[in-house]
Amino acid sequence: MRHIISLLMENEAGALSRVAGLFSSRAYNIESLTVAPTEDPTLSRMTVVTTGSDDVVEQITKQLNKLIEVVKVVDLSEGDHIEREMMLIKLRAVGEDRQEIKRMADIFRGRIIDVTDKSYTIELTGTGSKLDAFLDGVNRSAILETVRTGASGIGRGERILKV
Amino acid sequence: METELTGAEITVRCLQKEGVDYIFGYPGGAVLFIYDELFKQDKVRHVLVRHEQAAVHAADGYARSSNKVGVALVTSGPGVTNAVTGIATAYMDSIPLVVISGQVPTHAIGLDAFQEVDTVGITRPCVKHNFLVKEIGELAATIKKAFYIASTGRPGPVLVDIPKDVSQQTTVFRYPESVAMRSYNPVTKGHSGQIKKAVQLILGAKRPMIYAGGGVILSDAAPQLTELVQMLGFPCTNTLMGLGGYPATDPRFVGMLGMHGTYEANMAMQHCDVLVAIGARFDDRVIGNPKHFFNEERRIIHIDIDPSSISKRVKVDVPIVGSVSDVLVELIKQLKSRKETVDQAALDAWWAQIESWRSRDCLKYDREAPVIKPQMVIEKLYKVTGGNAFITSDVGQHQMWAAQFYKFDKPRRWINSGGLGTMGFGLPAAMGVQFANPGSPVACVTGEASIQMCIQELSTCKQYNLPIKIINLNNRYMGMVRQWQEFFHGNRYAESYMDALPDFVRLAESYGHVGMKIQQPGDVEDALREAFGLKDKLVFMDFVTDQTENVFPMVPGGKGLSEMILV
Ligand SMILES: Cc1ncc(C[n+]2csc(CCOP(=O)(O)OP(=O)(O)O)c2C)c(N)n1
Repeated sequence: MRHIISLLMENEAGALSRVAGLFSSRAYNIESLTVAPTEDPTLSRMTVVTTGSDDVVEQITKQLNKLIEVVKVVDLSEGDHIEREMMLIKLRAVGEDRQEIKRMADIFRGRIIDVTDKSYTIELTGTGSKLDAFLDGVNRSAILETVRTGASGIGRGERILKV
Repeated sequence: METELTGAEITVRCLQKEGVDYIFGYPGGAVLFIYDELFKQDKVRHVLVRHEQAAVHAADGYARSSNKVGVALVTSGPGVTNAVTGIATAYMDSIPLVVISGQVPTHAIGLDAFQEVDTVGITRPCVKHNFLVKEIGELAATIKKAFYIASTGRPGPVLVDIPKDVSQQTTVFRYPESVAMRSYNPVTKGHSGQIKKAVQLILGAKRPMIYAGGGVILSDAAPQLTELVQMLGFPCTNTLMGLGGYPATDPRFVGMLGMHGTYEANMAMQHCDVLVAIGARFDDRVIGNPKHFFNEERRIIHIDIDPSSISKRVKVDVPIVGSVSDVLVELIKQLKSRKETVDQAALDAWWAQIESWRSRDCLKYDREAPVIKPQMVIEKLYKVTGGNAFITSDVGQHQMWAAQFYKFDKPRRWINSGGLGTMGFGLPAAMGVQFANPGSPVACVTGEASIQMCIQELSTCKQYNLPIKIINLNNRYMGMVRQWQEFFHGNRYAESYMDALPDFVRLAESYGHVGMKIQQPGDVEDALREAFGLKDKLVFMDFVTDQTENVFPMVPGGKGLSEMILV
């Protein structure tokens, strides 16, 4: 099963490598990992997307909690939550493709953020599957470059992860 | 203006504040300022080892035998890499250590400077936590945290990496009184509702079993465990790490369990209906194949300070997170307040079953043999020391025989590398034990292969007059390897024969120690008496033992606990 785990940790050098090292040394899967400081600059928030059986995911959260610099851990997938990922995609856009690409971007509520006479760069936000759907929808050979941030997640309503 | 101290002075002052009496180490460029400060004072006494691995093992032996934090000091680069085996050994067995390492100056970090390694990176997977101190202002608080983290919760080694320039810069010294960390708050008290559930299960048990591990030793809970077992009348087994947690001479003790555990302990473990696991982690060497373990139905109560140890290899019914001693106190209290008692008739029947397993006499060996049997040496060692010695061991058959045949009645007397299985641990660990317990008999049970992995420490023992007794069970083989090759690799003894052995007697003598070679079974006891009579001398006792003796019982890898090979 796919799980999205959020954690707050001390914003210290090396904290990220402890988390990454834990996943590799214990052979846990890691689909994506994002990290950035929070509104409190002493804390970083990390989102890890992983897959594993319930037992494995239970171990993952316990092992993360055990890391000295980790302050809090939640498995967002245990309750209602919102997930977003951002993708920047550069497409070859010449001739009639330009119209078609623009139309696709509109349908997916993407924004064209850079234009040349040969290309469009689109910014697209959504769940991972929405981004996948966009990629499936455009002509593969037109894709020049993509970059995805990996998922970030937040609990719905009153579910709050804070110190 | 307040006087400022250098980083090196601050480091030593912190150690003094922590009450550190011994520090085991080896100097080098990156720690010269710290050594200079050690030189200028006499509260923290430095022990010069001959290899950094030994510094960490010695600090480890010191910690295991005293319940104080062990401290080691090594230089950057090769000093650290040599120390890694020791650090990993302590990590696997949850031993509280603070390892201080020198690092190249901050401005040189990352430039492939002379004797630079990424110490924090190399040690990260085998420490409880580590720090690189980049600023002098953080030094004192970091060392305080290191001691706090090492010794609380599930203990473990903590490394503090100090760049040379930080040890030279100055600042005002303030040692924090206490530590508060929002990200680290280990629990101690167990959940009383969970403990209540445990009481319910315990009182309903027909075939109960108490399985206690190293957590009992680490949390100094041997008295509580003993009280619990005696109050309930249940059978009790200890893991390799837990020996001495329950008195081995008591009839309720059914011996060690696991790969080389007794028949009765393994059978009782397999067939019990309620299992109380206390400070133990269902290691692969303990329960064998987990699938086979679950062929039998049982309810499991698991007490451990580390939540991640619970339901890691084995699903349990009643998890209790807390320090073993606190939880046992509460468990005993709740049991005493209950009117119901255990089902005595069922318990009697269960004991009858266990006694029949016990009568299988699984540790028997040929006592009349014309060669020295290694088991006999341990039995005599037990007899001659009255069971009162601190016994360290290396890794191999001799380790298992020591665990099986020396009856540990007290905690912290059995010092071995259980988790990592580090050959070379025994002698340096014995040094640390002797420093922590001056005047007490300390023996290192070893093999001719293991002892050669840290043999250079004979020199350290001479320098500090450590009267350790080395019990070398010399079978001219890496015996444990040979045993596996005999059982599982068609008797092909690939590289397990120990050729070109030194004359250990003359080797010991060349270091200024006493050497003895014992070849006849009839001489074993007298030789031991003579050696232990030499109270101020290290005696290297080279016992020429049966070459092909095997350790029984044995649960082969991947097999179930009840599928033992018996003698
Ligand atoms: C550092 C290290 N290397 C290799 C091993 C694998 N190993 C386990 S037991 C053993 C043989 C030990 O031989 P010896 O010390 O003579 O003891 P014996 O088994 O003969 O009693 C070996 C090589 C180990 N545990 N540690």
